[in-house]
Amino acid sequence: MSRNESRIAETFAVLRARGELGIIPYLTIGYPERESALELVPALVRGGACAIELGIPFSDPLADGVTIQRASHVALQNGVTVRYCLETAARLREAGVDVPFVFMGYFNPLLQYGLEQFVRACVEVGVDGVIVPDLPPIESDELHALCRAAGRDLIFMVAPTSTERHLREVAARASGFLYCVSLTGVTGARDRLPDDLPAFLQRVRAVTDLPLALGFGISRPDHVAQAHALVDAVVVGSALLDRIAAAQPGERAAAAEAFIAWLRTGTAATVGEGS
Amino acid sequence: MTTSMQRARQLPDERGRFGEFGGIYAPVTLLPAIEELIEAYEDARRDPAFQAEFERLLREFVGRPTPLYYAASLTERVGGARIFLKREDLAHTGAHKINNAVGQGLLAKRMGKPRVIAETGAGQHGVATATVCAMLGLECVVYMGELDVQRQSLNVFRMKLLGAEVRPVRSGSRTLKDAMNEAIRDWVTNVRTTYYLVGSVAGMHPYPMMVRDFQSVIGRETRQQILEITGRLPDAVVACVGGGSNAIGIFSAFIDDEQVELHGAEAAGEGLETGRHAASLTAGRVGVLHGSRSFVLQDEDGQIVEAHSIAAGLDYPGVGPEHAYLKTTGRAQYHAISDAEALEAFQLLCRTEGIIPALESAHAVALAVRLARERPRDQIIVVNLSGRGDKDMHTVASALGVTL
Repeated sequence: MSRNESRIAETFAVLRARGELGIIPYLTIGYPERESALELVPALVRGGACAIELGIPFSDPLADGVTIQRASHVALQNGVTVRYCLETAARLREAGVDVPFVFMGYFNPLLQYGLEQFVRACVEVGVDGVIVPDLPPIESDELHALCRAAGRDLIFMVAPTSTERHLREVAARASGFLYCVSLTGVTGARDRLPDDLPAFLQRVRAVTDLPLALGFGISRPDHVAQAHALVDAVVVGSALLDRIAAAQPGERAAAAEAFIAWLRTGTAATVGEGS
Repeated sequence: MTTSMQRARQLPDERGRFGEFGGIYAPVTLLPAIEELIEAYEDARRDPAFQAEFERLLREFVGRPTPLYYAASLTERVGGARIFLKREDLAHTGAHKINNAVGQGLLAKRMGKPRVIAETGAGQHGVATATVCAMLGLECVVYMGELDVQRQSLNVFRMKLLGAEVRPVRSGSRTLKDAMNEAIRDWVTNVRTTYYLVGSVAGMHPYPMMVRDFQSVIGRETRQQILEITGRLPDAVVACVGGGSNAIGIFSAFIDDEQVELHGAEAAGEGLETGRHAASLTAGRVGVLHGSRSFVLQDEDGQIVEAHSIAAGLDYPGVGPEHAYLKTTGRAQYHAISDAEALEAFQLLCRTEGIIPALESAHAVALAVRLARERPRDQIIVVNLSGRGDKDMHTVASALGVTL
């Protein structure tokens, strides 16, 4: 299956044609309540999300900061399993949500589920891509081949520390988009984006024409405004989860929707204030 | 046979694989640092000056070689094969951990990294790292599970005296695995200035290889000593296995001697049937944890489960990939020793030999006793007595119902 046919590629093609910056919210499935994603995801789409990253919780999320660690812990206590995550995606599709879904999950739970069964299930439930933060290209042969055969995108990450050789290695096998980690660190909201970001993204642009999504630390419209000139989309995880956690149980969906809409003000010429 | 032996010596391959085990399952930010480390280590390993400095420090700072001691009274009491103890408990800081800490500390210095981080369970590796950092003038931060901080308060104080900062880890099970998660997060964040000094043969490549190499001095000395004392190789070599560094250290010199049995003692905790244990090789399944593929204690959904052992240093739900390889190839056998068996062996060694072993090492003693009992006197069993038990006084007292 060629890149052009995937839902992810289509979405980015539309964004590029319109000159828009996409916003990709990340949610840990099963946080704060077991069924929360069912109401949060449609709200995020109403807020203007171009795709959704659905987090599969893991007991030992070593690339994540405290917010996602806590969310993963709560989700596991709520009994979330890989199977439940697949079911959640299926239910969201049944409810008519049609933006691209990308699973984000550590390798071991996928390995135990069975990589082949997992990729097959992704096709069945309508999940378009997978990000595995502890699976670098050198270890990705099997999952990459399975995803490719099934027309799913295995999304690779690149970081400011990545060498030219790494970038070229990743570019050679990537599809969908490249996930650019904005900083050397774990996930989590930050006050400002690093100064060397343009130089890093220029190096990435030099090796690929795939869409670029920027993640880690993004939490405010001015970050979004900064990113607009540099990448095709931003991923927002911890800052969103913090908002959801701070909202009253009955107002979480509204808070999530408002947060994405607020971030989107950063894509306009003037940066909005307030939340 | 020659081929498989040669292959064993050459492992891991360039991707860090021991057969299907090992590898580099690491966040992308770390990949350049891992490559830099692989290159720096290769370079150091081939540099006679680095090797000479390492050997000098092992001799003058650590106090090597450590003795190989014939445990005559223990042998008499057990009434079977002769038992020899490799006295790593006599090394500086009281355990084998210092061998690796010296090696990697020198490497950190050579790489120009001013800051060293480490994870620790029982605190022995933390103390060893803090010690070496003090000696080499390196900044040292040690991550330790909050639960371990409580049960190993003496070692926490030792680390602080040595100038290290101890950061309690409050996430997850608040033990060694969580300390390792937090150390990896620190490394991801401060990768350009920081050297991660891993204390076991677990984790991503090149750590399982590098830590084995630095610990292999245990095996080399043991092999030479047993030949000098008895004129022949032992029938069996026994060591405890948490992550597995002292076991790999002593096994490595005997892997090619196919007549020498290799036995690892894992922690059965309160019993395998209770689910409260740390026996990854005996009761775990193949999975990926902390950057490598090996046997892991996990639930059906691939979530890592908490390990349990009276010995904090064995309280880890994973195990080094080379042990997984030695198990599946049949070269080594792994057995589970319960808290109760370890406590009994602990007391036995105290009273028969006047040696207070670490609770970790008491697991190896218990297994050696079990094996020796069924063998004739002309057989020889060598036990790696990986550490001394001073740190465990509170734990042992409370297990024996004594208030200090």
